[in-house]
Amino acid sequence: MELTRMSASELASNLTTGEVSSREVVDAHLDRIAAMDGVVAEGDVWSARSADDLGGDDVHAYLAVTATAARQQADEVDARRAAGEELGPLAGVPLALKDVLTMRGAPTTCGSRMLEGWDPPYDATVTAALREAGVVVLGKTNMDEFAMGSSTENSAFGDTRNPWDLDRVPGGSSGGSAAAVAGGLAPLAIGTDTGGSIRQPAALCGVVGAKPTYGTVSRYGLVAFASSLDQAGPFARDVADAAALQALIQGHDPRDSTSVPQEAPDLHTTLRDGVQGMRIGVVRELQGEGYEPGVEAVFAQALDRLASMGAEIVEVSLQHAPYGLPAYYLIAPSEASSNLARFDGVRYGLRVDAPTAEEMNAATRAAGFGPEVKRRIMIGTHALSSGYFDAYYLQASKVRTLIARDFADAYEQVDALVSPTSPTVAFGLGDKADDPLAMYLNDVATVPASLAGTPAMSVPAGLAPAPDDPARQLPVGLQVMAPLSRDDVMYRVAWAFEQQTGFVPAPTGPRALAGMSQEVA
Amino acid sequence: MSESLLPDGWELVVGLEVHVELQTNTKMWCGCSTEFGDEPNTNVCPVCTGQPGALPVANEQAIEDATLLGLALNGGVAEVCRFHRKNYFYPDLAKNYQISQYDVPLIHDGHLDVEVATSSGRGGQAGPDGALETRRVRIERLHMEEDTGKSLHVGDTGRLHGADRSLIDYNRCGIPLLEVVSRPDIHDPETAQAYLRELQGIVRATGVSDARMEEGSIRCDANVSVRRHGEELGTRTEIKNLNSVRSLGRAVRFEARRQVEVLEDGGTIRLETRHWDESKGVTETLRVKESVTDYRYFPDPDLVEVVSPPAKVEAIRARVPELPAAARTRLREQGVPAEQAAAVVGTGALPTFDAAVAAGADPVAAGNWLAGDVAGQLTAAELDLDDSGFTGDHLAELLGLIDDGTLSTKLAKQVLAGVIQARGAKGPAEVADEQGLKQVSDEGELRAIVDQVVADNEGTVEDIRGGNDKAIGALVGQVMKATKGQADPRKTNELLREAIDR
Repeated sequence: MELTRMSASELASNLTTGEVSSREVVDAHLDRIAAMDGVVAEGDVWSARSADDLGGDDVHAYLAVTATAARQQADEVDARRAAGEELGPLAGVPLALKDVLTMRGAPTTCGSRMLEGWDPPYDATVTAALREAGVVVLGKTNMDEFAMGSSTENSAFGDTRNPWDLDRVPGGSSGGSAAAVAGGLAPLAIGTDTGGSIRQPAALCGVVGAKPTYGTVSRYGLVAFASSLDQAGPFARDVADAAALQALIQGHDPRDSTSVPQEAPDLHTTLRDGVQGMRIGVVRELQGEGYEPGVEAVFAQALDRLASMGAEIVEVSLQHAPYGLPAYYLIAPSEASSNLARFDGVRYGLRVDAPTAEEMNAATRAAGFGPEVKRRIMIGTHALSSGYFDAYYLQASKVRTLIARDFADAYEQVDALVSPTSPTVAFGLGDKADDPLAMYLNDVATVPASLAGTPAMSVPAGLAPAPDDPARQLPVGLQVMAPLSRDDVMYRVAWAFEQQTGFVPAPTGPRALAGMSQEVA
Repeated sequence: MSESLLPDGWELVVGLEVHVELQTNTKMWCGCSTEFGDEPNTNVCPVCTGQPGALPVANEQAIEDATLLGLALNGGVAEVCRFHRKNYFYPDLAKNYQISQYDVPLIHDGHLDVEVATSSGRGGQAGPDGALETRRVRIERLHMEEDTGKSLHVGDTGRLHGADRSLIDYNRCGIPLLEVVSRPDIHDPETAQAYLRELQGIVRATGVSDARMEEGSIRCDANVSVRRHGEELGTRTEIKNLNSVRSLGRAVRFEARRQVEVLEDGGTIRLETRHWDESKGVTETLRVKESVTDYRYFPDPDLVEVVSPPAKVEAIRARVPELPAAARTRLREQGVPAEQAAAVVGTGALPTFDAAVAAGADPVAAGNWLAGDVAGQLTAAELDLDDSGFTGDHLAELLGLIDDGTLSTKLAKQVLAGVIQARGAKGPAEVADEQGLKQVSDEGELRAIVDQVVADNEGTVEDIRGGNDKAIGALVGQVMKATKGQADPRKTNELLREAIDR
């Protein structure tokens, strides 16, 4: 039994039958992490090696591994199961948590030097829900600093590598979570998505990743980047696992005012109903220029598959979608400029001493934030300042309203929408690091649904050659989008598609990843 | 007096910004206690200390309280409004933004009518002594926000500048705050003071706050400018650190004169924030507003809209209690003199007054006692009426004992002191009994004492018989001495006359 290659549901059924214990599953994952993630496997909480000490074949998905706590929790679940207790569907299954969600017992860094030394005094609502369900958190995953980026290269603690090709990025900002699931370092992970930060890395790493309807999963304990857009969601190796994980973490939270008060969608009942008779829209504006030919080819094939399953494919227009990217890159930095103001050296995290409070604030922020975070704080501060507010923030908000309306109109005609998740396959480490605009273009297909608040996910659709290395086949994701609070429809389409694709989430990376590649043959 | 406040031709223009801390059980965005005076940083949590990832949830009670006060101030309630973020860096502001309101406040366009002696005012014409004139001050808006923490600067002056280090107490951070912004309708210090006092009274009447300036649960900033009659509004200064109604009056007076002096000397007034120094009696520059601070307001994405449907507003309107102005009128109609009526209402003694009257007390006497001796003794004992244990029933009982001749006024004051000393655990009758404070009006007992005094003072008696009526005072004194002051003076006189004329 290769425990680190099984899906969560396979693990769960083996746990239920007693074939294997949660402790064995957790230990298998910890062993694999110790072998190939570049951690110092010592003490209760293993820390990642510093960026300079990481090896070229270390995935570096984790920033911290809560080894002792994970083993303890696994033992507890095993004991409860042995005692005949009724346990949740994913009890005893391990998971990787993005380091932007708070969890007691380990630092939360958000990929930033700014939070150095901060031990969160409380669990995020998502974290608490996972504990409650008996899901075992293995550790905290790497990310672009404060979730700002599309490659995880903006982490202050070194790059995470894509398990499909260790010289390439995993996408971002939830790159650590995506790489953990792709690389056999966790069967499940939690990420957060503001403009595509779950979907794009899922696409680039060949795994399933979903952004639920805004407000479906509580944001309490999710360190805010852009509050009106941030949403936590699942990563998994298949659609059913992702749906099962979302079902665990979704639901109204009185601690989050923006949490949807209605009952969360039932993701289970219609999951396997197929797409026969469904109308699925292809978004005219989310293809063409800027999309790699390989990506377009896989997307065309995906449409054929959906049609072959009985879905009616129609072209629809989201007229204002082309303005989504500029609107997003005003709204998100505006909110970020305010959200990140609290990192001032006064109460927690980094403090660089200086003679006055004001100088201490400035010195701390200069030292604590990386260049991309500073860039966005400056953009956002400018967009909100008087004299510019109307032209930038307000105008962007209007565009946002128009995009939401476009989606609502489109869903009058179709049940779901599809597009490529990302215009490209995984690109090389460092390739776009110095070109922010090129980096921002990664989000072109994912930001419209973010602005509309609607659910959207990425499901593996096939492989395409890397433009810079045609021999290298890399994963391509299909983005499935659905109306507000119809996450059930989104999962149903994605599940049906997955059955037809025959995609095996098996990265073909070198040495340490060899174990994952056997199944491809 | 204000007719001499400014030289001829000058007019004072004042607008007040009053912050009211709402006394909800919990803070505006979290479940922490709002208790005043607890150990520093004990009423705190991830939300009010701005921990990463924590989120605010609006306190419904605070919104209702704010609506109640807004309605009491004759304001309109926004059917839909929302919270904005006011962005600025300051160490006692945990998130480095204050959640406030911006373009649409919860309450708009109210007003407050204040009573001012007619002798004060811009015209300067003195009216009949003591006559009251009603002046309307329009209220632009009431908006909701959150309080900041408190900084304590250690070393040097006790102010931030030059301090060795600063400590911050976040207990106050996130306490619901309501900012009441008046229009610049105030033209003399007396009206400013009357407005603040009246607002304090309304806040207390609605029960949304105890409005104690000394504890900071109500705070006032004054925007002051001067202009020559008929001219455009002058540049204003904002005066902070006004710790009492009295300092408001003093500061406005000082600042108005200062501005006129500067202008008459050919200078200009800078747009600035000035600090009132209570001991020096002057305002001093705190910070110059070189440009308008850019707070980069934008809608707080963590919070949803506040919706106040008409039905909800009307239900809250039905809870608006009798306000101080109406209460004063009612007391005057019951015969209480205006000044005493104002004192009873202003000191929060109205419930006690009403209870006493309900228990059978004469309104005039009740008003007189509450405004006079009760207030005086409480002040001397440094007690609030509410904490003193002295109730309306006690007052009615006390007045009853005076009426039936059991107590003289003098004795009644001693009994009152006893009741207050016992914090109300003993009523007036019980105190009088215990301390033997009872008028000797029993004829037999008193007659015996009178006869003895007459017998012992033959000379004086002869004097009186000889026509020196005044000398009877000495005999009354003797009787009082013999009864330890408890003889009924009227009765004593009567019996002495009888004995002398016999």
